[in-house]
Amino acid sequence: MKVTVDDEKCCAAGTCVMVAPEVFDQREEDGIVILLDPTPAAELHDAVRECVQVCPAGAIQVSEDA
Amino acid sequence: MSAGRSAPSGVLVVGASAAGLSTAEALRRKGFRGGLTVLGAEPHQPYDRPPLSKQVLSGAWEPDRALLRRPDQLSSLDASFVLGDAAVSLDAEARTVHTASGRVLRADAIVVATGLRPRTFAGQDGLAGVHPLRTLDDAAALRSALTAASRVVVVGDGVLGTEIAATARAMGASVTLAGPQSAPLESQFGPLIARQLAALHADRGVDLRLGAGVTGLGEQDGHVTGVHLATGEVLPADVVVVAFGSAPATDWLAGSGLKVDNGVVCDSSCRAADGIYAVGDVARWHHDGLGALLRLENRTNATEQAGHVASAILGENRPYTPVPYFWTDQFDVKIQVYGVLSADAEVTVVEGDMAQGRFVARYRRGGVTTGVLGWRMPKQTRMRRQEVVDVFQDSRSGGTS
Repeated sequence: MKVTVDDEKCCAAGTCVMVAPEVFDQREEDGIVILLDPTPAAELHDAVRECVQVCPAGAIQVSEDA
Repeated sequence: MSAGRSAPSGVLVVGASAAGLSTAEALRRKGFRGGLTVLGAEPHQPYDRPPLSKQVLSGAWEPDRALLRRPDQLSSLDASFVLGDAAVSLDAEARTVHTASGRVLRADAIVVATGLRPRTFAGQDGLAGVHPLRTLDDAAALRSALTAASRVVVVGDGVLGTEIAATARAMGASVTLAGPQSAPLESQFGPLIARQLAALHADRGVDLRLGAGVTGLGEQDGHVTGVHLATGEVLPADVVVVAFGSAPATDWLAGSGLKVDNGVVCDSSCRAADGIYAVGDVARWHHDGLGALLRLENRTNATEQAGHVASAILGENRPYTPVPYFWTDQFDVKIQVYGVLSADAEVTVVEGDMAQGRFVARYRRGGVTTGVLGWRMPKQTRMRRQEVVDVFQDSRSGGTS
């Protein structure tokens, strides 16, 4: 799995950080997403897929076959 | 996963915006393999509403950028999208929906996700220069009007009205904000933060005409000419934005057998009747943590509640007890709120500094923290979400949210 984020779409809600803190963090100054791990381990894939769907800005994408 | 004995063979989702789409996605994510139909009144692919009053209105984004998913993501859902056809009636017992074009759709489970309809002035339809903002088409029309406007009056001192005023002002328009409160969002934020918001708008050149109700519109030759206040004053305008609230879109549910009272009334797992669920802005469910019916008009609730509704459809009846969250962007200020605020709460700045325009405030009532509000401090605000979680937990189940 390959994860990408669109930091212009990100609305700094931090929902992804609450669901998958191993993969996402937020910048201190403006809360915009920081992608900690673009190729997360298999046991995190379900959580990352949930992040894609619950992100209130639709700012997270995954490519499953990468 | 749990698509077991009680899973329906087919699900119909009425509403193709964030809540409806998220319900369909959550069903698939949780293992549902049955038939899935998503019915939408608008012709557009599912799109996101928060950017309409900001990036789409300002022109920073092309309208397509507000689409929630790429076409390949939608097709991988293996759902049938029926768009541009509004639901006109529901028979809850027969689990059948009739549409404007005459379709009859039946499913074992039906999800009501029809959202909100903006409140309007009597007689505003057909009056040129008067604009609501709920849909992508509304945003395009308002954007076009703003680029040619000489005087804009935004009627509405809530979240939507203030966001539109900020966007229009940043586009260079001459903007007046009108509404009954003495400061914007005062009934939610309380006087301290509302005054800070008023100061932000005034600093950036929005003319605030607050504290007086709006009684109607002036018109000449089919075009709006101004906004009449209860004081007798008239605010001249060639563009008027109508943003004084909205109501759940439930008129199509008359005679359905569902209980409708400020939204579709649901039990604690968002079930309105056997096989019928509601999600998003339209759903008023029993929040077991608060011990009361609650309806939330915000973007994060749409997706969070969708996950619970999908679980409920698949036979897993967990009470939905979220910590409410919303955000608003006005000029360069992002305000975020966890929990519930109230105008009479005791408000303390617990991080940052109001004078510096960067802070987190804690709202307490009766010695209990019920909400936190962040002003240009997103990460720090989220990290204080934990302070309000207890208020929203169901003490009987001890569950987390």
